[in-house]
Amino acid sequence: MSKSGRFSWFYFSSPQSFYPLAGTLQPWFAALAVILCAVGLYISFFVAPTDAQQGESYRIIFIHVPAAWMSMFLYLVMGFWSGVGLVFNTRLSSMVATALAPTGALFTFIALWTGALWGKPTWGTWWVWDARLTSELILLFLYIGFMALQAAIDDQRRADKAGAVLALVGVINVPIIYFSVKWWSTLHQGASVSMTGAPTMAKTMLLGMLIMALGFWMYSIAATLARVRCVILERERHTDWVAAEIGAQT
Amino acid sequence: MNWGSWQNFLAMGGYGLYVWGSYAVTLIVLVAEIVALITRRRGVIEHLAKYYAARRRNHETEA
Repeated sequence: MSKSGRFSWFYFSSPQSFYPLAGTLQPWFAALAVILCAVGLYISFFVAPTDAQQGESYRIIFIHVPAAWMSMFLYLVMGFWSGVGLVFNTRLSSMVATALAPTGALFTFIALWTGALWGKPTWGTWWVWDARLTSELILLFLYIGFMALQAAIDDQRRADKAGAVLALVGVINVPIIYFSVKWWSTLHQGASVSMTGAPTMAKTMLLGMLIMALGFWMYSIAATLARVRCVILERERHTDWVAAEIGAQT
Repeated sequence: MNWGSWQNFLAMGGYGLYVWGSYAVTLIVLVAEIVALITRRRGVIEHLAKYYAARRRNHETEA
């Protein structure tokens, strides 16, 4: 809401007005995440049938695929806000990009970890240096590189700019990960969900996976909002409103 | 999906180590992030409270 009383997106582009909005929305996204993950886990373990080929080991899919999706999606979102921050010099965009990185890295780690634990019984190996796995590992390094680069530069604006350039260059890796199973021969199976082809999974398996993905998505929003609030307080500490906010909190 | 018994559920058709190893680590990582976020918020508030107190003291000694 702007001063004229009309709703305006620009109003929320200021850290001062976004901070309370993030605080109000955060518990709702957290609650949605808990509910969706609870329903998703129930379907994953008590509704979805045993897989004809892989037995029960396939149940790793319910966290592996949603985590892998989030790892790529969060990188795109991070790249988008980095780009907006770079072009329009909006502080909040850069803060959001900074806040997204740890959660993105975390889901990348989960995708790699669950992939290794799924690969062992299915392929007979924890790890292979093939296109899908290697490009996903590079994604983890990109997230870590982004965080390390930002942390290494004292001047906040320079840190934001350097991080944004790295994030944007790294975006090229996301389509490489996604299409790697098509472009190169790999141990990794093809896309679990296809927009064009006939469904290859049992409906309940697909449903469980999609609900878990929604749950992880809501979790990511909740975690990012919580983190961006910390980042806002740290970076805007010279302002009167943060001083007032800290005064109210202590 | 009817597992029949807890043993069957935990065994996961012989893949218990892999399935539960995946879910356990995911849970640990997510809980760790939540704890880290709560700790960070407390830390930021504590740190900034000290920062403002120090700034106020400096102003008083100057005046």
